[in-house]
Amino acid sequence: MAARTGSTDLAFPPNWWARAAWLLFGVYVFYAASHLEFTPARFAVGLEHGAKFVSRLFPPDFKRWELLVKGMVESLQIAVVASALGVLISAPLALFAARNLMPVWASWPARAIMVLCRTFHPVIVAILFVKAVGFGALAGILALTVASIGFLGKLMTEAIEEISLKQVEAVRATGAPFLSVVSYAVVPQVFSRFVGFISYETDANLRNSTMVGIVGAGGIGGTLFAAFQRFDYDFVCAIVLTIIVLIMAGEILTMRIKRVFKV
Amino acid sequence: MEPVSTEKAPAARVEERRAPALVLRGLSKEYVAGTPVLRGIDLEFAPRGITAIIGPSGTGKSTLIRCINRLVEPTSGEVLFEGKDLVKLSRGELRSARRRIGMVFQEYNLVERLTVMENLLCGRLGYVSPFKAWLRRYPPRDIGRAFDLLETVGLSAHAQARADSLSGGQRQRVGIARAMMQEPRLLLADEPTSSLDPKTSVEIMALMETLSEMHGFPVIINIHNVELARRFADRVIGMTGGHVVYDGSPEALTEAHLKQIYGGQDWLD
Repeated sequence: MAARTGSTDLAFPPNWWARAAWLLFGVYVFYAASHLEFTPARFAVGLEHGAKFVSRLFPPDFKRWELLVKGMVESLQIAVVASALGVLISAPLALFAARNLMPVWASWPARAIMVLCRTFHPVIVAILFVKAVGFGALAGILALTVASIGFLGKLMTEAIEEISLKQVEAVRATGAPFLSVVSYAVVPQVFSRFVGFISYETDANLRNSTMVGIVGAGGIGGTLFAAFQRFDYDFVCAIVLTIIVLIMAGEILTMRIKRVFKV
Repeated sequence: MEPVSTEKAPAARVEERRAPALVLRGLSKEYVAGTPVLRGIDLEFAPRGITAIIGPSGTGKSTLIRCINRLVEPTSGEVLFEGKDLVKLSRGELRSARRRIGMVFQEYNLVERLTVMENLLCGRLGYVSPFKAWLRRYPPRDIGRAFDLLETVGLSAHAQARADSLSGGQRQRVGIARAMMQEPRLLLADEPTSSLDPKTSVEIMALMETLSEMHGFPVIINIHNVELARRFADRVIGMTGGHVVYDGSPEALTEAHLKQIYGGQDWLD
């Protein structure tokens, strides 16, 4: 599909397929925007509503702090327990899924489980678990555990697949049993990356644990949603500020943890 | 054949000394069906001494050495070691056979994020349960042996250093000490000096020679450096195209042989 010009060898031959694809993409963006009634007029009206809403957020109202603290503590617990369960399940699962260490019959089922765990957003999984085990923190823990297995499993699998097999070969050559090969030749190579993944996933779970409450799976999300519905915007502001503080505290904590493990 | 045990009548022990430590019979390997890398290797290795295997890159030297401890599965043939055909062993039996075969690698293959001491103790993993190994609970005898070996290879000061902080020569010493931790009856070395400078190469070869004489086990070394092979080996095996084309003393190795092994002759001038 090269363009015909006077010269036979162009330094940068135009790629007409790519140009056509970009054009098509641009056309589709306009079509989709018009279809969804995304108009400047509506946007302007929306900004006005937004300004009114923001003005009602302040000053934040911390009078119902007991409710706030109870919800936040529950969210934190959901995040920590779900992360711990997620690590416990996904680490061995990742070992099974790693194609450089395991035969196909082991790696494919393990990969299938991880893909299944990643298929749905945690909130959708939370709805399923609320139906299954009822309202409360248990549903949230289970939902976030599923999400953790999906993501940690995938990251850990990739880390294991990137290790140096020379080190594995040397340990195997000593006649070490498989579990010792794993603990001496595989774990040392992936450990620091695993600590990074786990701290990242705990961080994500902390954020998601404030969300699953919206569908009744425990934590601060339920309180937040109720406050929204009752137009208690000042209380909403208090909750949101607390969440921000919690997430930032989590960030600092993970930095400390990484330093302890010398990652 | 009967498994060789250490408790035998003196007459049997004499017999044992004469019997080869390792026999390869018709050993072949095809990574891709129809294109053999090793074509029916028949070799016997005496219970003492250094055997150097020379030959051009890609001629199956590394494959041969890895077929012995089945890091590479041979396609056909026998590997007779201590009275057993290693090719026929189950996974568990193979592991116990591997415990007695030390191996040294071109790029040392130390576990880089473990300490020197932990790397040495890898040589005992075949004897310690995975749980105890994970907790670093080794028998005091193993730990004592590790410290002794570190002294032998001159790295006593580096026991707690991480393996990736060492120089190439130091790493290969750790690699040899790890193999020695296995109390090997056979040492395989896959181009142990190819990543090292000439002086360190000689030191590493001399170290293996000393240990082999001291503890009485045979060494099989793949090596690119013909001069080093001549200097240290008791026997040289020349391979080309998956065949053995020379098998004899290093003194009898002539330029004509080298020409046959490596092909061409310009490089000899």
